[in-house]
Amino acid sequence: MVTRGQTTTLRHAQGPRKEPVAEPVEASGRSRDRAWEVAATVTDPEVPVLTIEDLGVLRAVDVDGDHVTVTLTPTYSGCPAMDAMRDDVLLALNEAGFGDVEVRLTLSPAWTTDWMTDAGKTKLTAYGIAPPTGRAALSQGPIRLQLGVKCPRCGSLDTREVSRFGSTSCKALFECRACLEPFDHFKVH
Amino acid sequence: MSAEGPDAVAAEDTHGNVTVDRLDLADELAGADGRALSADAAEYALRLGDDALILSQQLGWWIARAPELEEDVALGNIALDLLGHARSLLRYAGTFDGRSEDDLAYFRDEPEFRCAWIVQQPNGDFAQTIARQLVVSTYMFELYSALRTSADPTLAAIAEKSLKEVDYHRDHAVQWTLRLAGGTDESRRRMIRAIGDVWPYIDELFRDDPLIDRLEGVAARPSTLRGGFDAVIDAVFAEAELVAPQVAGSSGGGRHGIHFSSLGYVLAEMQVLARQHPGATW
Repeated sequence: MVTRGQTTTLRHAQGPRKEPVAEPVEASGRSRDRAWEVAATVTDPEVPVLTIEDLGVLRAVDVDGDHVTVTLTPTYSGCPAMDAMRDDVLLALNEAGFGDVEVRLTLSPAWTTDWMTDAGKTKLTAYGIAPPTGRAALSQGPIRLQLGVKCPRCGSLDTREVSRFGSTSCKALFECRACLEPFDHFKVH
Repeated sequence: MSAEGPDAVAAEDTHGNVTVDRLDLADELAGADGRALSADAAEYALRLGDDALILSQQLGWWIARAPELEEDVALGNIALDLLGHARSLLRYAGTFDGRSEDDLAYFRDEPEFRCAWIVQQPNGDFAQTIARQLVVSTYMFELYSALRTSADPTLAAIAEKSLKEVDYHRDHAVQWTLRLAGGTDESRRRMIRAIGDVWPYIDELFRDDPLIDRLEGVAARPSTLRGGFDAVIDAVFAEAELVAPQVAGSSGGGRHGIHFSSLGYVLAEMQVLARQHPGATW
């Protein structure tokens, strides 16, 4: 629970955005795009094939003069990888020449696997983790729809959930009845 | 201390080698309209945060002791989610008087904690932990559902985030309640005993008090959560062929710092390292 001094916000990430004052809008736009590209190279330490952009954890990058503000949202409340991702974003931007960087955490709107990119899902499958299937809204509410989970090794849909909890908060443990291999499923959230 | 500057933090930072790149924590957490957190709202956040923190600490005991490996992982994950909720809530509560989440978790004594008695109940056997989980996760589900519309945007954001996770916790507890109640004679006997053990501690969770009155629109009024809680429990018990015990509620004074005898032992284990080695890092 080491947090003192970390720049953190738990409020809504809305509110008026500061307009750039020190430089023309076009230059600022290029700078913002560049900062986003750099921040988007940071990967999840637990699932290193996914970038924070693939995950939907990277929510916003704002540039105001020399000051860069990156907004991240945690996947799960207790995810210990968040601290590493925050530090990696700072480091990546500093190395790319952005000296004045602030990383904010926002909780609302709450992260959902619906924000995972298609490229991210393809990379997950290749890595041996079955990606989320279907949209989060379908797995909540009184009538839950559990969609089939395809084995990332043999492609069979004849799989079963062993445990809804897995090696990290975001994964469930499955096994394939066809090839008999156990595998992780990035659960719909 | 709420307005301390970067220098003050660098000098006082005894909780780890965190790089202080910019300090605007108190300001950031003050709420979207820049209002300072009130003493009442901080107290309310402590109640919620302490419930999550103590239950998390208790569940952590099961790691390497659960009936099967998958349960080590499940209870560990649930504990981790709860720790995340506790961190958000305690961090927010601490903005009132400039205390960090670590200050609140490690350097408060027993009477300063605000957790309800049910989270202080011993882990017992697996059925007793599941009965406690069934009650607390069902309560938390109703709590965070209601708190999403709080007039306090920070509490609303924490609730929105926490609700999705508590949903898993409740499902886990319901599944195990059904399995234990419908399993062997021995598992059913233990499940019934466990329910009898935790039932007296339910009422405390749903009691209103003057703090709640003063936080109208900000806090989720506990008494209004009872209907939703009972509906879920009734449905589970009907399927599990269990009967809710008719027991008197405990005197439960956790919200006011009067605690069950077991809390001191939980705190001792949780706090000993931070108190014996202030500033230890790893």
